[in-house]
Amino acid sequence: MRKSWWKILAAVLLIYTFTAGFLIKVPLIGNLKETIRNLFFHVPMWFGQIILLTTSLVYSILYLRKPDLRRDIYASCFAKTGILMGILGLITGAIWATYTWGEPWSNDPKQIGVAIALLIYFAYLVLRNAITDIDKRAKISAVYNIFAYFIYLPLIMILPRLVESLHPGGKGVEGNPGLNGADLDATMRLVFWPAVIGWTLLGTWITTLNIRIYLIRDKNLLNAK
Amino acid sequence: MIKSIFALLKKDLLLEFRQQHSFYGILLYIASTIFVLYLSINNPEGDVWNGLFWIIQLFVCVNAVAKSFLQESKGRMLYFYTISGAKEFIIAKLIYNILLMLIMSLLSLGLFFILLKNPLDNTLQFIGIVCIGGISISLVFTLLAAIAAKAQQNAALMAIMGFPLIIPQLLLLIRLSKVAFGEIFREGALLQLSLLIVGLDIMVIALSIILFPFLWKD
Repeated sequence: MRKSWWKILAAVLLIYTFTAGFLIKVPLIGNLKETIRNLFFHVPMWFGQIILLTTSLVYSILYLRKPDLRRDIYASCFAKTGILMGILGLITGAIWATYTWGEPWSNDPKQIGVAIALLIYFAYLVLRNAITDIDKRAKISAVYNIFAYFIYLPLIMILPRLVESLHPGGKGVEGNPGLNGADLDATMRLVFWPAVIGWTLLGTWITTLNIRIYLIRDKNLLNAK
Repeated sequence: MIKSIFALLKKDLLLEFRQQHSFYGILLYIASTIFVLYLSINNPEGDVWNGLFWIIQLFVCVNAVAKSFLQESKGRMLYFYTISGAKEFIIAKLIYNILLMLIMSLLSLGLFFILLKNPLDNTLQFIGIVCIGGISISLVFTLLAAIAAKAQQNAALMAIMGFPLIIPQLLLLIRLSKVAFGEIFREGALLQLSLLIVGLDIMVIALSIILFPFLWKD
């Protein structure tokens, strides 16, 4: 984990995203105009969030298979960064919506879905804080994390497809709930996918730093085992 | 396995019949909430009626299901641990909570009809939806009640954890209920929605059975 090549890669990809993202020629579609550049910042947040939360789920499952406090720390740190990316995605989305849909919040199904998702994961943090016994906290929050993830997934994968939405991929519109892949301009694709990888790596980097802080803080506990 | 599920279920039901205070407590809770609604909003429109009905179901469920685990003392849990497995225990609790919630849902529906009139076009269809809804809500809250009981917290934690998690099902149910108010659905949409709810239910049951054994052992 401490090898640094991927951190350099993250920095390079994000520098590329910020320069190319603001400089390349973008197709002007409808009322999107230049705001389409937000695609490089808003959409990768969701990719990053899903990837981080899935990683958190994997560590929770691993914890239940073999109780090891390190895994609990990993799961909670990945969930926290996932929440952070969710909040950033919500803010970038609200800014984007102000200029394209006319208002920051228009009760779009996906906005509601995200708000619920954040509530679910805030509850995860509250639950963690509510339990003082460390082993108990690890076990119970792992169970909740798994349960929440499997309710959260249909919420964002199935429900938005059933109702009309302002986002791409709603009822009667092509594409998945995230974005319409086929629509993506060839040059935009050259920035978009590196942006996704860059933001995800940055999220992982933040998480690893956080994990290391926790590992040092709980050093005595972990070594006593 | 089936034998011990029945034994546990029978014990819960017997307990309910003998300690009637908790059962009547929830009944009183339903009655007074709906009476307050009746006093504050007389004769609500269809949409409001529908929304209120499901929100009331949510609160009833939190109160009814929460006690199913909170009432079990530590010593008694230890006793169950020695005589049955975790899977049998959670399945018995799921069935018991479904039964309890079905009774409560139908009773509150009756009270809604009496106090807040009946704005439905198709009452029978709505009763069916209420049964599906009662089952879905009670399933989700059963595992959450187990988590909350393990965390040694009151019902507040259950509400914090449960309300965001129940929203998908609740939105689907409110959407589905509109068919009973005479709204015309796209062809196949009704079946799609019902299947989605049933699918979610099956997933919740599977998750409960898989995850509960981890909570069970201390």
